[in-house]
Amino acid sequence: MGWAIALHGGAGDIPADLPPERRQPREAALHRILQIGVSALNAKSSPLDVVELVVRELENCPHFNAGKGSVLTSNGTVEMEACIMDGNSKRCGAVSGVSTVVNPISLARQVMEKTPHIYLAFDGAEAFAREQGLETIDKSYFITTENIERLKQAKEANRVQQDYTQPIKPKDEKETPVPDGDSKLGTVGCVAVDSLGNLAAATSTGGLVNKMAGRIGDTPIIGAGTYANKFCAISATGRGEAIIRETVARDVAAVMEYKGLGLKEAADYIVHQVSPKGTTGLVAVSSKGEVAMPFNTTGMFRASATEDGFMEIAIWPSET
Amino acid sequence: MAGWAIAVHGGAGVDPNLPTERQEEAKQLLTRCLNLGIDALRSSISAIDVVELVVRELETDPLFNSGRGSALTENGTVEMEASIMDGSGRRCGAVSGLTTVKNPISLARLVMDKSPHSYLAFSGAEKFAKQMGVETVENDYFITQDNVEMLKLAKEADSIVFDYRIPKVGYESCGTGVQSPIHMNGLPISIYAPETVGCVVVDSEGRCAAATSTGGLLNKRMGRIGDSPLIGAGTYAGELCGVSCTGEGEAIIRGTLAREVGAVMEYKGLGLQDAVDFVIKERLDDGKAGLIAVSNTGEVAYGFNCVGMFRGCATENGFMEVGIWE
Repeated sequence: MGWAIALHGGAGDIPADLPPERRQPREAALHRILQIGVSALNAKSSPLDVVELVVRELENCPHFNAGKGSVLTSNGTVEMEACIMDGNSKRCGAVSGVSTVVNPISLARQVMEKTPHIYLAFDGAEAFAREQGLETIDKSYFITTENIERLKQAKEANRVQQDYTQPIKPKDEKETPVPDGDSKLGTVGCVAVDSLGNLAAATSTGGLVNKMAGRIGDTPIIGAGTYANKFCAISATGRGEAIIRETVARDVAAVMEYKGLGLKEAADYIVHQVSPKGTTGLVAVSSKGEVAMPFNTTGMFRASATEDGFMEIAIWPSET
Repeated sequence: MAGWAIAVHGGAGVDPNLPTERQEEAKQLLTRCLNLGIDALRSSISAIDVVELVVRELETDPLFNSGRGSALTENGTVEMEASIMDGSGRRCGAVSGLTTVKNPISLARLVMDKSPHSYLAFSGAEKFAKQMGVETVENDYFITQDNVEMLKLAKEADSIVFDYRIPKVGYESCGTGVQSPIHMNGLPISIYAPETVGCVVVDSEGRCAAATSTGGLLNKRMGRIGDSPLIGAGTYAGELCGVSCTGEGEAIIRGTLAREVGAVMEYKGLGLQDAVDFVIKERLDDGKAGLIAVSNTGEVAYGFNCVGMFRGCATENGFMEVGIWE
């Protein structure tokens, strides 16, 4: 069997009439970054190195909600989180509340490799970044005009949702439609497997538009947004609160292990039968080189390739 | 319909040389908290309310590592985290990096009930606490002399190879069978035992809930988050069960321990005790941890792979047990 790789730039309510100036740069980025991952796998880089490399590229690209181009908190600031996991050892690293580190995914990797811990957040994570000599930059670097606009629209449209005295029930979590349909984008991620069946997963995000400062989503929570073991590697995207509750990433792997389902079946089951509609998408690869990219949202920016030459880059559901 | 059931814990991994008075103190606290929960269940209070009120009691008491009495960070301060989950609907709330909130578990509950999110941390969580008007205090309220001493020992242990308090007499005549001092989280158990607290409940309607709260690892780096606030790792509740874990945080996270009990029940069809046993045996690798769990059919179970776990459990049909060792 050969290697396989899949990456995503976020699942959400991506309108079918997304204007070309919003669509083309992202498609081009997915294409370019997929090639970077493919080249690395062909050069026999480990899946752990590959997923970190690919996610760094996605973070550096301002068109996705991670690193530069992260969505803004209700204070107009950027608070990033990321997570990486190695399938064989189940070692993992996660960070939250990162505001000056150029590549949060690399910081997550340092947590995994240079500390006895898994998860560092906020000031502690920033201090650790400096200790490790990771590249940091002025906070304004991450902020794009697109996101300033998104925040403005979210504040205008979601004024009603700022009233927290009503308990939020699951069915109320479907947001009111916002004029800019792609303001619900979350997260970037990558999963990879090499020809020996070694697996790795990585996810990175700016979180939710207009989120409360200090809000942590599914991305850095092992088993929710990110997971890898010796069966498969998963990176999820969508409505963080739903992904946490459904322990999406772990459950795909659990269903494979405990019910003997193949990757596609397991991923489809979790995304289409279990997760509430409009909340979840994921990319997954298995130790056997299978790829799955199910989503129950309108669309998901995604790309995948396998060593035998298969390649796909898409946004909306593919016609089968 | 089966009756209610409740379990509480004060941490897995106990110093085998723990002085008897400390053991008694711990058992009394567990008994008191168990009875609080039992009274509430007899008054038909719902599972989610019961786990919160029991964990509040554990946080307020300085004995275990949560709320007042939390283990100290490397800077000698307290940074607390907690999570709560309501099995019916699987709503959840979690907090990390709290330094002034008197009862972290209640803030976690407010995150669940009164915010659009599931997890708030550090200054964002503290700000939310102010908005909600929860009781806050100065950080030194949480600090106890016991824990100040423990931090000193932990810092010393970082620089010495063995625990000097273990009597040298007898070592020379012992064979290679002598065990090295028990370590958890990289520290001798005589200095630091996790002592995270938690409670799981199934009420007489068959609804499960779980709650976990902790000061975290002794001498931890600022900003380090453990398993307790992570849904699926330290805490989980669904249709079938409610679970709260304690022990080596990193091992619990890696093993997604709390969710695992539920997953194994759901996907392998195991009963509660079998699920607990399976998870403890198969999902911890060389990590040390324990957990308590209840099922929607009124069962209660616990398991641990380390030396001791402070725990108590009770069911509606009159069963009650408080223990520390096997």
